[in-house]
Amino acid sequence: MKKFRKPQLTIVIIYLFLIAVMLTMLVPYYWMLITSFKPLAEIQAYPPKFYVESPTIEPYRDLLEIIPMFRYILNSLFVCASVVIFKVFACSLAGYAFAKHKFWGRDKIFFLFLASLMIPWQVNIIPGFLLVKSLGWLNSFKGLIIPTMGWGAFAIFLSRQFIYSIPDDLIDAARIDGCGELRIYTHVILPLIKPVLATVAIFTFIQQWGNLVWPMVITSTRNMRTIPLALTVLSSQTSTNFNMLMAAAVIATVPMLVVFLIFQKYIIKGVYLTQLKG
Amino acid sequence: MNKKPFLQELNRQKMSYIFIAAPFILFLIFVLGPAIASFILSFTKYNVIQPAEFVGMANYKAIILQDARFWKAIKNTLVYVIGVVPFGICIALILAVAIDQRIKAKNFFKGVLFLPTVTSIVASSVMWRWLFAGEKYGFINYFIVIKLGLKPVDWLLSPTWTLPSIIIMSIWAGLGYNVILFLAGLQTIPHAMYEAAEVDGAGYWHKFFRITIPLLKPTIVFVSIMSVIVSFQVFEQVYLMTGGGGGQLGGVLDSALTAVPYLFDKGFNKFQMGYASSMAYILFFIIFTLTFINIKFVKSKVEY
Repeated sequence: MKKFRKPQLTIVIIYLFLIAVMLTMLVPYYWMLITSFKPLAEIQAYPPKFYVESPTIEPYRDLLEIIPMFRYILNSLFVCASVVIFKVFACSLAGYAFAKHKFWGRDKIFFLFLASLMIPWQVNIIPGFLLVKSLGWLNSFKGLIIPTMGWGAFAIFLSRQFIYSIPDDLIDAARIDGCGELRIYTHVILPLIKPVLATVAIFTFIQQWGNLVWPMVITSTRNMRTIPLALTVLSSQTSTNFNMLMAAAVIATVPMLVVFLIFQKYIIKGVYLTQLKG
Repeated sequence: MNKKPFLQELNRQKMSYIFIAAPFILFLIFVLGPAIASFILSFTKYNVIQPAEFVGMANYKAIILQDARFWKAIKNTLVYVIGVVPFGICIALILAVAIDQRIKAKNFFKGVLFLPTVTSIVASSVMWRWLFAGEKYGFINYFIVIKLGLKPVDWLLSPTWTLPSIIIMSIWAGLGYNVILFLAGLQTIPHAMYEAAEVDGAGYWHKFFRITIPLLKPTIVFVSIMSVIVSFQVFEQVYLMTGGGGGQLGGVLDSALTAVPYLFDKGFNKFQMGYASSMAYILFFIIFTLTFINIKFVKSKVEY
Protein backbone atom coordinates (compact mmCIF):
# COMPACT_ATOMS: atom_id res chain seq x y z
CA MET A 1 0.00 0.00 0.00
CA LYS A 2 2.72 2.41 0.98
CA LYS A 3 4.69 1.51 -2.09
CA PHE A 4 1.72 2.34 -4.28
CA ARG A 5 0.88 5.75 -2.87
CA LYS A 6 4.24 7.46 -2.95
CA PRO A 7 4.89 7.42 -6.69
CA GLN A 8 1.37 8.69 -7.30
CA LEU A 9 2.00 11.80 -5.26
CA THR A 10 5.21 12.37 -7.17
CA ILE A 11 3.37 12.00 -10.46
CA VAL A 12 0.80 14.57 -9.37
CA ILE A 13 3.58 17.01 -8.49
CA ILE A 14 5.21 16.37 -11.86
CA TYR A 15 1.93 17.07 -13.65
CA LEU A 16 1.40 20.29 -11.72
CA PHE A 17 4.93 21.40 -12.45
CA LEU A 18 4.61 20.61 -16.15
CA ILE A 19 1.27 22.35 -16.44
CA ALA A 20 2.70 25.46 -14.75
CA VAL A 21 5.59 25.50 -17.21
CA MET A 22 3.25 24.93 -20.17
CA LEU A 23 1.19 27.94 -19.10
CA THR A 24 4.34 30.05 -18.95
CA MET A 25 5.28 28.85 -22.42
CA LEU A 26 1.86 29.65 -23.83
CA VAL A 27 1.14 32.97 -22.13
CA PRO A 28 3.12 35.08 -24.62
CA TYR A 29 1.16 33.51 -27.51
CA TYR A 30 -2.15 33.95 -25.75
CA TRP A 31 -1.37 37.55 -24.87
CA MET A 32 -0.32 38.26 -28.46
CA LEU A 33 -3.47 36.68 -29.84
CA ILE A 34 -5.96 38.45 -27.59
CA THR A 35 -4.16 41.77 -27.90
CA SER A 36 -4.44 41.54 -31.68
CA PHE A 37 -8.25 41.43 -31.35
CA LYS A 38 -8.58 44.19 -28.77
CA PRO A 39 -9.65 47.70 -29.68
CA LEU A 40 -7.16 50.41 -28.72
CA ALA A 41 -9.27 51.51 -25.74
CA GLU A 42 -9.03 48.04 -24.24
CA ILE A 43 -5.27 47.69 -24.44
CA GLN A 44 -4.95 51.04 -22.70
CA ALA A 45 -7.45 50.10 -20.02
CA TYR A 46 -6.24 49.33 -16.55
CA PRO A 47 -6.09 46.72 -15.19
CA PRO A 48 -5.57 44.72 -18.40
CA LYS A 49 -8.14 42.00 -19.06
CA PHE A 50 -7.34 38.38 -19.81
CA TYR A 51 -10.10 38.15 -22.35
CA VAL A 52 -11.41 40.45 -25.05
CA GLU A 53 -14.54 42.36 -24.16
CA SER A 54 -15.49 43.48 -27.64
CA PRO A 55 -13.36 41.61 -30.18
CA THR A 56 -12.56 43.51 -33.34
CA ILE A 57 -10.61 42.84 -36.50
CA GLU A 58 -9.75 46.51 -36.73
CA PRO A 59 -6.05 45.97 -35.88
CA TYR A 60 -5.75 43.58 -38.82
CA ARG A 61 -7.60 45.93 -41.13
CA ASP A 62 -5.48 48.91 -40.11
CA LEU A 63 -2.34 46.85 -40.45
CA LEU A 64 -3.17 45.71 -43.97
CA GLU A 65 -4.03 49.27 -44.88
CA ILE A 66 -0.67 50.75 -43.95
CA ILE A 67 1.57 47.75 -44.63
CA PRO A 68 1.55 45.44 -47.68
CA MET A 69 1.60 42.37 -45.44
CA PHE A 70 0.59 39.97 -48.19
CA ARG A 71 3.38 41.21 -50.37
CA TYR A 72 5.78 40.50 -47.49
CA ILE A 73 4.38 37.03 -47.01
CA LEU A 74 4.90 36.35 -50.70
CA ASN A 75 8.45 37.76 -50.52
CA SER A 76 9.25 35.56 -47.55
CA LEU A 77 7.67 32.50 -49.14
CA PHE A 78 9.52 33.06 -52.40
CA VAL A 79 12.89 33.44 -50.69
CA CYS A 80 12.26 30.49 -48.37
CA ALA A 81 11.02 28.23 -51.16
CA SER A 82 13.99 28.99 -53.42
CA VAL A 83 16.52 28.32 -50.70
CA VAL A 84 14.71 25.18 -49.53
CA ILE A 85 14.52 23.72 -53.05
CA PHE A 86 18.17 24.46 -53.63
CA LYS A 87 19.27 22.92 -50.34
CA VAL A 88 17.09 19.84 -50.73
CA PHE A 89 18.10 18.98 -54.29
CA ALA A 90 21.43 20.62 -55.10
CA CYS A 91 22.95 19.89 -51.70
CA SER A 92 21.81 16.27 -51.61
CA LEU A 93 23.16 15.82 -55.15
CA ALA A 94 26.51 17.08 -53.91
CA GLY A 95 26.10 14.86 -50.86
CA TYR A 96 25.70 11.89 -53.21
CA ALA A 97 28.93 12.76 -55.05
CA PHE A 98 30.78 13.12 -51.73
CA ALA A 99 29.40 9.85 -50.38
CA LYS A 100 29.66 7.51 -53.35
CA HIS A 101 32.01 8.94 -55.94
CA LYS A 102 35.77 8.97 -56.00
CA PHE A 103 37.22 12.11 -57.50
CA TRP A 104 40.33 14.19 -57.10
CA GLY A 105 40.16 16.56 -54.15
CA ARG A 106 36.97 15.04 -52.73
CA ASP A 107 38.05 14.82 -49.12
CA LYS A 108 39.72 18.21 -49.17
CA ILE A 109 36.63 19.92 -50.56
CA PHE A 110 34.41 18.11 -48.09
CA PHE A 111 36.65 19.16 -45.23
CA LEU A 112 36.44 22.75 -46.43
CA PHE A 113 32.65 22.54 -46.24
CA LEU A 114 32.79 21.05 -42.76
CA ALA A 115 35.23 23.68 -41.53
CA SER A 116 32.90 26.39 -42.80
CA LEU A 117 30.25 25.28 -40.31
CA MET A 118 32.30 27.16 -37.76
CA ILE A 119 32.13 30.50 -39.60
CA PRO A 120 29.68 32.75 -37.77
CA TRP A 121 27.57 35.05 -39.92
CA GLN A 122 29.00 38.21 -38.44
CA VAL A 123 32.34 37.43 -40.07
CA ASN A 124 30.72 37.30 -43.52
CA ILE A 125 28.17 40.01 -43.30
CA ILE A 126 30.31 43.03 -44.20
CA PRO A 127 32.21 41.64 -47.23
CA GLY A 128 29.01 39.81 -48.19
CA PHE A 129 27.19 43.10 -48.33
CA LEU A 130 30.03 44.74 -50.28
CA LEU A 131 30.07 41.83 -52.74
CA VAL A 132 26.33 41.95 -53.33
CA LYS A 133 26.61 45.72 -53.74
CA SER A 134 29.34 45.43 -56.36
CA LEU A 135 27.32 42.79 -58.22
CA GLY A 136 24.46 45.27 -58.35
CA TRP A 137 22.18 42.86 -56.52
CA LEU A 138 21.26 45.13 -53.61
CA ASN A 139 17.54 45.31 -52.99
CA SER A 140 16.74 42.38 -55.29
CA PHE A 141 15.59 38.81 -54.92
CA LYS A 142 18.90 37.70 -56.43
CA GLY A 143 20.69 39.40 -53.56
CA LEU A 144 18.34 37.90 -50.99
CA ILE A 145 18.42 34.35 -52.34
CA ILE A 146 21.65 33.45 -54.12
CA PRO A 147 24.18 34.32 -51.37
CA THR A 148 22.02 32.42 -48.86
CA MET A 149 22.39 29.31 -51.01
CA GLY A 150 26.12 29.34 -50.32
CA TRP A 151 25.46 28.21 -46.74
CA GLY A 152 24.69 24.65 -47.79
CA ALA A 153 27.46 22.90 -45.86
CA PHE A 154 25.22 21.42 -43.24
CA ALA A 155 22.66 20.12 -45.74
CA ILE A 156 25.49 18.53 -47.74
CA PHE A 157 26.99 17.00 -44.62
CA LEU A 158 23.67 15.58 -43.44
CA SER A 159 22.71 14.06 -46.78
CA ARG A 160 26.22 12.70 -47.31
CA GLN A 161 26.07 10.85 -43.98
CA PHE A 162 22.83 9.16 -44.95
CA ILE A 163 23.75 8.37 -48.53
CA TYR A 164 27.01 6.88 -47.22
CA SER A 165 25.02 4.22 -45.37
CA ILE A 166 23.18 3.13 -48.53
CA PRO A 167 24.78 -0.15 -49.72
CA ASP A 168 27.04 0.19 -52.76
CA ASP A 169 25.46 -2.96 -54.23
CA LEU A 170 22.23 -1.08 -54.78
CA ILE A 171 24.01 1.59 -56.79
CA ASP A 172 26.13 -0.95 -58.70
CA ALA A 173 23.01 -2.93 -59.59
CA ALA A 174 21.47 0.21 -61.03
CA ARG A 175 24.66 0.89 -62.99
CA ILE A 176 24.65 -2.60 -64.46
CA ASP A 177 21.06 -2.01 -65.52
CA GLY A 178 22.41 0.92 -67.51
CA CYS A 179 21.40 3.80 -65.27
CA GLY A 180 23.34 7.04 -65.68
CA GLU A 181 24.62 8.81 -62.57
CA LEU A 182 21.83 11.37 -62.59
CA ARG A 183 19.22 8.62 -62.94
CA ILE A 184 20.75 6.74 -60.02
CA TYR A 185 20.41 9.90 -57.96
CA THR A 186 16.78 10.51 -58.89
CA HIS A 187 15.59 6.89 -58.85
CA VAL A 188 17.71 5.16 -56.22
CA ILE A 189 19.10 7.75 -53.83
CA LEU A 190 16.30 10.30 -53.57
CA PRO A 191 13.56 7.85 -52.56
CA LEU A 192 15.82 6.42 -49.85
CA ILE A 193 16.77 9.71 -48.21
CA LYS A 194 13.32 11.27 -48.04
CA PRO A 195 13.34 11.58 -44.21
CA VAL A 196 16.65 13.47 -44.27
CA LEU A 197 15.42 15.72 -47.05
CA ALA A 198 12.28 16.45 -45.06
CA THR A 199 14.44 17.46 -42.11
CA VAL A 200 16.64 19.66 -44.28
CA ALA A 201 13.57 21.25 -45.87
CA ILE A 202 11.78 21.99 -42.61
CA PHE A 203 14.80 23.33 -40.78
CA THR A 204 15.87 25.47 -43.72
CA PHE A 205 12.35 26.82 -43.91
CA ILE A 206 12.21 27.66 -40.20
CA GLN A 207 15.62 29.29 -40.36
CA GLN A 208 14.86 31.33 -43.48
CA TRP A 209 11.40 32.35 -42.34
CA GLY A 210 13.01 33.95 -39.30
CA ASN A 211 16.09 35.36 -41.02
CA LEU A 212 16.39 39.03 -40.14
CA VAL A 213 19.98 40.17 -40.62
CA TRP A 214 20.54 39.46 -44.32
CA PRO A 215 17.33 41.11 -45.57
CA MET A 216 18.00 44.03 -43.24
CA VAL A 217 21.40 44.57 -44.84
CA ILE A 218 20.47 43.84 -48.45
CA THR A 219 17.11 45.51 -48.97
CA SER A 220 16.41 49.21 -48.98
CA THR A 221 12.88 49.71 -50.31
CA ARG A 222 9.61 48.87 -48.61
CA ASN A 223 8.50 46.42 -51.26
CA MET A 224 11.48 44.10 -50.91
CA ARG A 225 11.07 43.48 -47.20
CA THR A 226 10.50 40.03 -45.80
CA ILE A 227 8.25 39.25 -42.84
CA PRO A 228 10.89 39.45 -40.06
CA LEU A 229 12.21 42.74 -41.41
CA ALA A 230 8.71 44.19 -41.78
CA LEU A 231 7.96 43.18 -38.22
CA THR A 232 11.18 44.77 -37.00
CA VAL A 233 10.43 48.04 -38.79
CA LEU A 234 6.87 48.07 -37.51
CA SER A 235 8.05 47.34 -33.98
CA SER A 236 10.45 50.28 -34.07
CA GLN A 237 7.58 52.58 -35.10
CA THR A 238 5.13 51.27 -32.52
CA SER A 239 4.68 53.02 -29.23
CA THR A 240 0.93 52.93 -28.64
CA ASN A 241 -1.04 50.71 -31.00
CA PHE A 242 0.34 47.42 -29.84
CA ASN A 243 -2.79 45.66 -31.06
CA MET A 244 -1.66 46.31 -34.62
CA LEU A 245 1.89 45.13 -33.87
CA MET A 246 0.50 41.96 -32.32
CA ALA A 247 -1.68 41.43 -35.39
CA ALA A 248 1.48 41.54 -37.49
CA ALA A 249 3.19 39.13 -35.08
CA VAL A 250 0.23 36.75 -35.39
CA ILE A 251 0.50 36.83 -39.18
CA ALA A 252 4.25 36.14 -38.91
CA THR A 253 3.84 33.31 -36.42
CA VAL A 254 0.82 31.39 -37.64
CA PRO A 255 2.32 29.90 -40.84
CA MET A 256 5.19 28.42 -38.84
CA LEU A 257 2.87 27.04 -36.19
CA VAL A 258 0.79 25.36 -38.89
CA VAL A 259 3.93 23.85 -40.43
CA PHE A 260 4.94 22.68 -36.97
CA LEU A 261 1.59 21.07 -36.15
CA ILE A 262 1.66 19.15 -39.44
CA PHE A 263 5.28 18.02 -39.21
CA GLN A 264 5.78 17.86 -35.44
CA LYS A 265 7.11 14.31 -35.53
CA TYR A 266 9.65 15.09 -38.26
CA ILE A 267 10.74 18.32 -36.62
CA ILE A 268 11.40 16.84 -33.20
CA LYS A 269 13.25 13.91 -34.78
CA GLY A 270 15.15 16.42 -36.87
CA VAL A 271 16.58 17.98 -33.72
CA TYR A 272 18.46 14.76 -33.07
CA LEU A 273 19.84 14.81 -36.60
CA THR A 274 20.84 18.44 -36.55
CA GLN A 275 22.41 17.99 -33.16
CA LEU A 276 25.34 16.39 -34.99
CA LYS A 277 26.23 19.91 -36.03
CA GLY A 278 28.63 20.31 -33.10
CA MET B 1 40.01 -3.55 -73.01
CA ASN B 2 41.55 -1.10 -70.61
CA LYS B 3 40.14 1.90 -72.37
CA LYS B 4 36.48 1.56 -71.55
CA PRO B 5 36.68 1.48 -67.74
CA PHE B 6 39.09 4.39 -67.94
CA LEU B 7 36.64 6.45 -69.99
CA GLN B 8 33.84 5.45 -67.67
CA GLU B 9 35.92 6.52 -64.72
CA LEU B 10 36.72 9.83 -66.40
CA ASN B 11 33.07 10.36 -67.16
CA ARG B 12 32.10 9.58 -63.60
CA GLN B 13 34.69 12.03 -62.28
CA LYS B 14 33.31 14.69 -64.58
CA MET B 15 29.81 13.97 -63.29
CA SER B 16 31.03 14.26 -59.70
CA TYR B 17 32.33 17.76 -60.33
CA ILE B 18 29.09 18.73 -62.04
CA PHE B 19 27.15 17.38 -59.07
CA ILE B 20 29.02 19.43 -56.51
CA ALA B 21 29.47 22.47 -58.77
CA ALA B 22 26.48 24.63 -57.79
CA PRO B 23 26.78 24.46 -53.99
CA PHE B 24 30.57 24.58 -54.13
CA ILE B 25 30.83 27.64 -56.37
CA LEU B 26 28.22 29.53 -54.35
CA PHE B 27 30.03 28.50 -51.18
CA LEU B 28 33.35 29.81 -52.50
CA ILE B 29 31.87 33.10 -53.66
CA PHE B 30 29.48 33.90 -50.83
CA VAL B 31 30.87 32.14 -47.77
CA LEU B 32 34.58 31.41 -48.00
CA GLY B 33 35.44 34.46 -50.10
CA PRO B 34 33.79 36.96 -47.74
CA ALA B 35 35.30 35.22 -44.70
CA ILE B 36 38.78 35.73 -46.15
CA ALA B 37 37.94 39.24 -47.38
CA SER B 38 36.79 40.09 -43.88
CA PHE B 39 40.19 39.11 -42.54
CA ILE B 40 41.93 41.38 -45.04
CA LEU B 41 39.42 44.16 -44.38
CA SER B 42 40.19 43.94 -40.68
CA PHE B 43 43.62 45.49 -41.34
CA THR B 44 42.17 48.46 -43.17
CA LYS B 45 40.16 51.58 -42.61
CA TYR B 46 37.14 51.47 -44.91
CA ASN B 47 33.94 53.49 -44.94
CA VAL B 48 32.49 52.40 -48.33
CA ILE B 49 32.86 55.87 -49.86
CA GLN B 50 36.63 56.29 -49.78
CA PRO B 51 38.95 53.47 -50.91
CA ALA B 52 40.23 51.16 -48.20
CA GLU B 53 43.41 52.27 -46.49
CA PHE B 54 45.83 49.76 -44.97
CA VAL B 55 46.39 50.45 -41.28
CA GLY B 56 48.01 47.24 -40.04
CA MET B 57 47.04 46.20 -36.55
CA ALA B 58 45.60 49.62 -35.67
CA ASN B 59 41.98 48.41 -35.55
CA TYR B 60 42.80 45.52 -33.24
CA LYS B 61 44.86 47.76 -31.01
CA ALA B 62 42.13 50.39 -30.85
CA ILE B 63 39.47 47.80 -30.03
CA ILE B 64 41.41 46.07 -27.30
CA LEU B 65 43.18 49.07 -25.76
CA GLN B 66 40.84 52.00 -26.24
CA ASP B 67 37.31 50.95 -27.05
CA ALA B 68 35.41 51.16 -23.77
CA ARG B 69 32.13 50.39 -25.55
CA PHE B 70 33.58 47.14 -26.88
CA TRP B 71 34.55 45.99 -23.40
CA LYS B 72 31.17 47.05 -22.10
CA ALA B 73 29.63 44.94 -24.87
CA ILE B 74 31.84 41.96 -24.00
CA LYS B 75 30.95 42.33 -20.33
CA ASN B 76 27.24 42.44 -21.18
CA THR B 77 27.64 39.43 -23.44
CA LEU B 78 29.25 37.48 -20.61
CA VAL B 79 26.46 38.50 -18.21
CA TYR B 80 23.96 37.40 -20.84
CA VAL B 81 25.69 34.04 -21.36
CA ILE B 82 25.99 33.45 -17.61
CA GLY B 83 22.33 34.36 -17.22
CA VAL B 84 21.00 32.25 -20.07
CA VAL B 85 23.12 29.11 -20.09
CA PRO B 86 23.13 27.79 -16.48
CA PHE B 87 19.49 28.69 -15.78
CA GLY B 88 18.32 27.54 -19.18
CA ILE B 89 20.11 24.23 -18.79
CA CYS B 90 18.92 23.55 -15.24
CA ILE B 91 15.30 24.22 -16.15
CA ALA B 92 15.59 22.17 -19.34
CA LEU B 93 17.14 19.28 -17.44
CA ILE B 94 14.42 19.22 -14.79
CA LEU B 95 11.75 19.41 -17.49
CA ALA B 96 13.35 16.60 -19.48
CA VAL B 97 13.49 14.35 -16.42
CA ALA B 98 9.87 15.21 -15.57
CA ILE B 99 8.67 14.40 -19.09
CA ASP B 100 10.69 11.20 -19.07
CA GLN B 101 8.67 9.82 -16.14
CA ARG B 102 5.67 7.58 -16.68
CA ILE B 103 3.26 10.34 -17.63
CA LYS B 104 0.65 10.84 -20.32
CA ALA B 105 0.65 13.44 -23.11
CA LYS B 106 4.44 13.49 -23.50
CA ASN B 107 4.12 14.69 -27.07
CA PHE B 108 1.88 17.53 -26.02
CA PHE B 109 4.42 18.75 -23.47
CA LYS B 110 7.28 18.39 -25.92
CA GLY B 111 5.29 20.19 -28.59
CA VAL B 112 4.41 23.16 -26.40
CA LEU B 113 7.98 23.51 -25.17
CA PHE B 114 9.17 23.43 -28.76
CA LEU B 115 6.84 26.19 -30.00
CA PRO B 116 9.33 29.06 -29.48
CA THR B 117 11.91 27.19 -31.57
CA VAL B 118 9.60 27.33 -34.59
CA THR B 119 8.53 30.89 -33.88
CA SER B 120 10.89 33.36 -35.48
CA ILE B 121 13.03 35.08 -32.88
CA VAL B 122 11.80 38.39 -34.27
CA ALA B 123 8.16 37.53 -33.55
CA SER B 124 9.12 36.24 -30.09
CA SER B 125 10.99 39.45 -29.30
CA VAL B 126 7.99 41.50 -30.40
CA MET B 127 5.70 39.40 -28.20
CA TRP B 128 7.95 39.83 -25.20
CA ARG B 129 8.40 43.51 -25.80
CA TRP B 130 4.67 43.80 -25.24
CA LEU B 131 4.71 41.53 -22.17
CA PHE B 132 7.48 43.67 -20.70
CA ALA B 133 5.75 46.94 -21.58
CA GLY B 134 6.44 49.57 -18.96
CA GLU B 135 4.09 51.47 -16.66
CA LYS B 136 0.90 49.62 -16.08
CA TYR B 137 -0.18 48.13 -19.40
CA GLY B 138 2.36 45.33 -19.52
CA PHE B 139 1.27 41.86 -18.55
CA ILE B 140 4.27 41.25 -16.32
CA ASN B 141 3.95 44.58 -14.55
CA TYR B 142 0.30 43.86 -13.97
CA PHE B 143 1.29 40.76 -12.03
CA ILE B 144 3.97 42.57 -10.10
CA VAL B 145 1.62 45.35 -9.06
CA ILE B 146 -1.64 43.52 -8.48
CA LYS B 147 -0.48 40.09 -7.30
CA LEU B 148 2.76 40.89 -5.54
CA GLY B 149 1.98 44.46 -4.54
CA LEU B 150 5.35 45.76 -5.72
CA LYS B 151 6.19 48.82 -7.75
CA PRO B 152 6.01 48.45 -11.53
CA VAL B 153 9.35 48.07 -13.31
CA ASP B 154 10.28 49.86 -16.51
CA TRP B 155 11.73 46.62 -17.86
CA LEU B 156 13.09 47.71 -21.21
CA LEU B 157 13.83 51.31 -20.29
CA SER B 158 15.78 50.91 -17.08
CA PRO B 159 19.53 50.22 -17.23
CA THR B 160 19.19 47.64 -14.47
CA TRP B 161 16.44 45.53 -15.99
CA THR B 162 16.96 45.61 -19.75
CA LEU B 163 19.52 42.84 -19.88
CA PRO B 164 17.69 40.59 -17.38
CA SER B 165 14.51 41.03 -19.48
CA ILE B 166 16.34 39.85 -22.57
CA ILE B 167 17.81 36.96 -20.59
CA ILE B 168 14.37 35.83 -19.40
CA MET B 169 13.02 36.00 -22.92
CA SER B 170 15.98 34.04 -24.31
CA ILE B 171 15.63 31.28 -21.73
CA TRP B 172 11.99 30.94 -22.74
CA ALA B 173 12.96 30.84 -26.42
CA GLY B 174 15.70 28.23 -26.09
CA LEU B 175 14.15 25.91 -23.53
CA GLY B 176 12.34 23.45 -25.80
CA TYR B 177 15.32 22.71 -27.99
CA ASN B 178 17.47 21.79 -24.99
CA VAL B 179 14.70 19.69 -23.46
CA ILE B 180 14.53 17.65 -26.66
CA LEU B 181 18.30 17.11 -26.60
CA PHE B 182 18.23 16.06 -22.94
CA LEU B 183 15.36 13.67 -23.59
CA ALA B 184 17.50 12.04 -26.27
CA GLY B 185 20.34 11.78 -23.75
CA LEU B 186 18.04 10.24 -21.13
CA GLN B 187 17.08 7.44 -23.52
CA THR B 188 20.68 6.23 -23.49
CA ILE B 189 20.65 5.55 -19.72
CA PRO B 190 19.90 1.87 -19.19
CA HIS B 191 16.67 1.29 -17.29
CA ALA B 192 18.29 -1.49 -15.28
CA MET B 193 20.40 1.09 -13.45
CA TYR B 194 17.34 2.76 -11.98
CA GLU B 195 15.84 -0.59 -11.06
CA ALA B 196 19.02 -1.64 -9.32
CA ALA B 197 19.02 1.63 -7.39
CA GLU B 198 15.37 1.14 -6.44
CA VAL B 199 16.18 -2.30 -5.10
CA ASP B 200 18.84 -0.63 -2.97
CA GLY B 201 16.17 1.74 -1.72
CA ALA B 202 17.24 4.92 -3.54
CA GLY B 203 14.69 7.73 -3.69
CA TYR B 204 13.92 10.11 -6.53
CA TRP B 205 16.52 12.68 -5.58
CA HIS B 206 19.14 10.06 -4.98
CA LYS B 207 18.51 8.55 -8.40
CA PHE B 208 18.56 11.98 -10.00
CA PHE B 209 21.88 13.07 -8.52
CA ARG B 210 23.65 9.71 -8.46
CA ILE B 211 22.53 8.19 -11.77
CA THR B 212 20.88 10.69 -14.09
CA ILE B 213 23.32 13.58 -13.71
CA PRO B 214 26.56 11.58 -13.96
CA LEU B 215 25.38 9.50 -16.91
CA LEU B 216 23.95 12.53 -18.69
CA LYS B 217 27.16 14.47 -18.23
CA PRO B 218 28.33 14.17 -21.87
CA THR B 219 25.00 15.57 -23.10
CA ILE B 220 25.05 18.31 -20.48
CA VAL B 221 28.54 19.37 -21.50
CA PHE B 222 27.66 19.29 -25.19
CA VAL B 223 24.45 21.28 -24.74
CA SER B 224 26.18 23.78 -22.46
CA ILE B 225 28.94 24.54 -24.90
CA MET B 226 26.56 24.77 -27.86
CA SER B 227 24.38 27.14 -25.83
CA VAL B 228 27.39 29.26 -24.93
CA ILE B 229 28.36 29.53 -28.60
CA VAL B 230 24.85 30.45 -29.70
CA SER B 231 24.27 32.85 -26.79
CA PHE B 232 27.55 34.58 -27.44
CA GLN B 233 26.21 35.66 -30.83
CA VAL B 234 22.89 37.00 -29.56
CA PHE B 235 21.60 39.68 -31.90
CA GLU B 236 17.89 39.77 -32.75
CA GLN B 237 16.57 39.93 -29.18
CA VAL B 238 18.86 42.80 -28.30
CA TYR B 239 18.18 44.62 -31.55
CA LEU B 240 14.40 44.34 -31.23
CA MET B 241 13.98 44.84 -27.52
CA THR B 242 16.27 47.87 -27.34
CA GLY B 243 16.99 49.69 -30.62
CA GLY B 244 14.07 48.18 -32.50
CA GLY B 245 11.83 49.27 -29.69
CA GLY B 246 12.31 52.84 -30.79
CA GLY B 247 15.07 53.51 -28.27
CA GLN B 248 18.82 53.43 -28.57
CA LEU B 249 20.44 50.20 -29.77
CA GLY B 250 21.77 48.47 -26.69
CA GLY B 251 19.37 50.18 -24.33
CA VAL B 252 19.86 53.11 -21.97
CA LEU B 253 23.57 53.70 -21.20
CA ASP B 254 24.46 50.66 -23.35
CA SER B 255 23.11 48.54 -20.52
CA ALA B 256 22.16 45.71 -22.88
CA LEU B 257 24.64 46.28 -25.69
CA THR B 258 26.18 42.91 -26.54
CA ALA B 259 29.01 42.11 -28.92
CA VAL B 260 27.23 41.34 -32.20
CA PRO B 261 24.76 44.25 -32.09
CA TYR B 262 27.73 46.54 -31.41
CA LEU B 263 29.56 45.10 -34.41
CA PHE B 264 26.45 45.58 -36.55
CA ASP B 265 26.13 49.17 -35.35
CA LYS B 266 29.77 49.92 -36.23
CA GLY B 267 29.54 48.27 -39.63
CA PHE B 268 26.13 49.33 -40.92
CA ASN B 269 25.23 52.47 -38.99
CA LYS B 270 28.62 54.11 -38.59
CA PHE B 271 30.11 52.49 -41.73
CA GLN B 272 33.42 51.72 -40.01
CA MET B 273 33.68 48.50 -41.97
CA GLY B 274 37.35 47.75 -41.36
CA TYR B 275 36.92 48.30 -37.65
CA ALA B 276 33.81 46.12 -37.55
CA SER B 277 35.68 43.38 -39.43
CA SER B 278 38.42 43.35 -36.81
CA MET B 279 35.74 42.99 -34.18
CA ALA B 280 34.21 40.13 -36.15
CA TYR B 281 37.54 38.34 -36.13
CA ILE B 282 38.03 38.84 -32.42
CA LEU B 283 34.59 37.28 -31.86
CA PHE B 284 35.38 34.55 -34.38
CA PHE B 285 38.51 33.73 -32.41
CA ILE B 286 36.51 33.43 -29.18
CA ILE B 287 33.86 31.26 -30.84
CA PHE B 288 36.53 29.16 -32.53
CA THR B 289 38.15 28.50 -29.16
CA LEU B 290 34.79 27.48 -27.70
CA THR B 291 34.08 25.19 -30.66
CA PHE B 292 37.51 23.65 -30.30
CA ILE B 293 36.84 22.89 -26.63
CA ASN B 294 33.49 21.45 -27.70
CA ILE B 295 35.09 19.08 -30.22
CA LYS B 296 37.54 17.91 -27.56
CA PHE B 297 34.70 17.18 -25.18
CA VAL B 298 32.60 15.41 -27.81
CA LYS B 299 35.59 13.22 -28.63
CA SER B 300 35.98 12.24 -25.00
CA LYS B 301 32.25 11.53 -25.03
CA VAL B 302 32.77 8.97 -27.79
CA GLU B 303 35.57 7.30 -25.84
CA TYR B 304 33.38 7.29 -22.78
